[in-house]
Amino acid sequence: MSCYEAVTPVAERPGSIDETLALLKSAGYIAGRPLATVLFLALKLGRPLFLEGEAGVGKTEIAKVLSQALGRRLIRLQCYEGLDVASAVYEWNYAGQMMAIRLAEAGGSVDRDTLESDLFSERYLVKRPLLQALEPDTAGVPVLLIDELDRTDEAFEAFLLEVLSDFQVTIPELGTVRAEHPPIVVITSNRTREVHDALKRRCFYHWIDYPDAEHELAILRSRLPDAPERLTREIVGFVQGIRKEDLFKAPGVAETLDWASALIELDAVALDPALVSDTLGVLLKYQDDIQKMHGSRAKEMLDRVQGSLRSAE
Amino acid sequence: MTETASQAGEGRLADNIAYFARALRIAGLPVGPGAVLEAIAAVEAAGIGTRDDFYWTLHAVFVKRHEHSILFDQAFRIFWRRRALIEKLIAQMSPIAPGGMKDETKPPAGALRVAEALAAPKQEQPDPVERTEFSARLTVSDREVLKAKDFAQMSAAEITAAKQLISEMSLPHDELATRRLLPDPKGRRIDPRRTFRRSLRGGGAVIDLAYQSPAIRHAPLVALMDISGSMAEYSRLFLHFLHAIAEKRRRVHSFVFATRLTNISRELTSRDPDEALARASKRVQDWEGGTRIAHALHDFNRHWSRRVLGQGAVVLLFTDGLEREVTAELTFEMDRLKRSCRRLIWLNPLLRFDAFEARASGIRAMLPHVDEFRPIHNLDSMAGLCRALSGDSTERTNPRQWLRAS
Repeated sequence: MSCYEAVTPVAERPGSIDETLALLKSAGYIAGRPLATVLFLALKLGRPLFLEGEAGVGKTEIAKVLSQALGRRLIRLQCYEGLDVASAVYEWNYAGQMMAIRLAEAGGSVDRDTLESDLFSERYLVKRPLLQALEPDTAGVPVLLIDELDRTDEAFEAFLLEVLSDFQVTIPELGTVRAEHPPIVVITSNRTREVHDALKRRCFYHWIDYPDAEHELAILRSRLPDAPERLTREIVGFVQGIRKEDLFKAPGVAETLDWASALIELDAVALDPALVSDTLGVLLKYQDDIQKMHGSRAKEMLDRVQGSLRSAE
Repeated sequence: MTETASQAGEGRLADNIAYFARALRIAGLPVGPGAVLEAIAAVEAAGIGTRDDFYWTLHAVFVKRHEHSILFDQAFRIFWRRRALIEKLIAQMSPIAPGGMKDETKPPAGALRVAEALAAPKQEQPDPVERTEFSARLTVSDREVLKAKDFAQMSAAEITAAKQLISEMSLPHDELATRRLLPDPKGRRIDPRRTFRRSLRGGGAVIDLAYQSPAIRHAPLVALMDISGSMAEYSRLFLHFLHAIAEKRRRVHSFVFATRLTNISRELTSRDPDEALARASKRVQDWEGGTRIAHALHDFNRHWSRRVLGQGAVVLLFTDGLEREVTAELTFEMDRLKRSCRRLIWLNPLLRFDAFEARASGIRAMLPHVDEFRPIHNLDSMAGLCRALSGDSTERTNPRQWLRAS
């Protein structure tokens, strides 16, 4: 779990799609209008947002940007296989309870009722992300990011269904914790497994695709304003071209940004075949893909990109 | 806009959205009445600005899967262009399978050629001696005869009986320990949560240990099925077998291929096997054509393996392995498939022949990459497969013995 300190004052939720776009842009996230529409609806109608897409297209980033722009706390629940209630919702502090029992015994005042109400009080409750997200926050309701939901198993999904429809959790010893205002929920999935329809039904669904050239250029300019213009254009042209190749894993926006930062660190002002070959590992993550694009293939593509840029000028 | 005018406008809009939802439903999107109410609320919240905004607002509510985007897009374009064109919409939408749009023109041309090309290899095989299984007819019950009988030699009535037997078959117990923990009195790990709750019953004086152990569940099963002409008699009954398994447990993924790969897992989840098969065959467009194994495997490895081969999946590859052109691609894709799953079992109906030898170059190329090589031509061999999946070590066969023998 990570929290962003409230750097900006608590902002109101956007009132229209245009305001949503502006809000995202103010935090450095260049979103397409479709995504802004879905996000606006999710915020307005208080429903979870379910984002799917290839790795590295900016699904997780949305939640981070949202918490930053709205000045809310970000609560992150990273999913993994075998994730259970103890690590997702709450757990009792067993060591503390054990000590309390021993101390009560040593003090000689073992009264069953007081002992029980002492042991199962908030003092010994370890709150995990889902429970934290239901609690009231002075900065407004937090942003709950449930990341890579496809990595858990169906059992957890079913549990989540209950939490997301009622925004309440029952702790048998304490009672029910209900969120007065539902948190802003963002769920992401890489589609390594189909998430059940029942869960998706409760959310607004959006598939985030790879951005088009213009959009990607805007992202690069906003994230790396120091990059030389020519380099930025060439990078975008090359990445757009490489996504059309038959690759095992096409590079996402995250890879484009990594590559661009790497090239800036290398003081490049334009791409050349040797530089591309040397840094291809930043962009492509599978040996098969790198081998395929290495050498003449990359050079060919680079020539094409540079040619089309020249003719556009 | 005055209040009454806006109300009237919304009223018509609500009707239109309801009609649109109905059109989507007919086109195959799972749209319930709840979604309609939601869509109206969403449109009211967003306001009707541009056409694009309206599009994405409805998209956010109605589309719950990436594959449905394409259907939605078409429906939207047709429906909102002119009202009262639902009939036209229905006619246009229904035969289109989700996602099947892009390469609609390509496969048929190739399919025919491949079908012609693949008619020959059957004759290249030495004509093997069929096992004579009819002699048992007088000595054992009909049921037993049926179990040993080759699917290809069954009459229609016998096939019906065989389907019945398949649905009654004891299915594999291929269970895996997961990392999730469940209470278990015989477990070996202490469960602190339950232990403390229990200890409080006695006022905390006695600590009564509770135990837990890892949960057990079925491994995912992925079937890749060749439905080319040479496999026709066997593939339909194998589909019944898959349906029987898919009905009893979750996480069974079925793919069929001849010239291209189709995912029929959703279709096979229908309760009634005949209905499931009918729906599946409607989805598949190249029944009993030729095969391109390497191509289909490539398709699977690239687009599906990362989505369905997680969590210790077992792959059943059902094909005769008679690939016309054996290239390095076939070896490469088999190798990749083998490395992406926990166990790769090749089911080959050709093993029904006593004198089967791994001579065909396709079979020789694929054999080194499989964990098991099994027959699948009768009910006995299906039962054997179930035992093998359950981890019965006596059922294990070494696929390399076939390479050595020939």
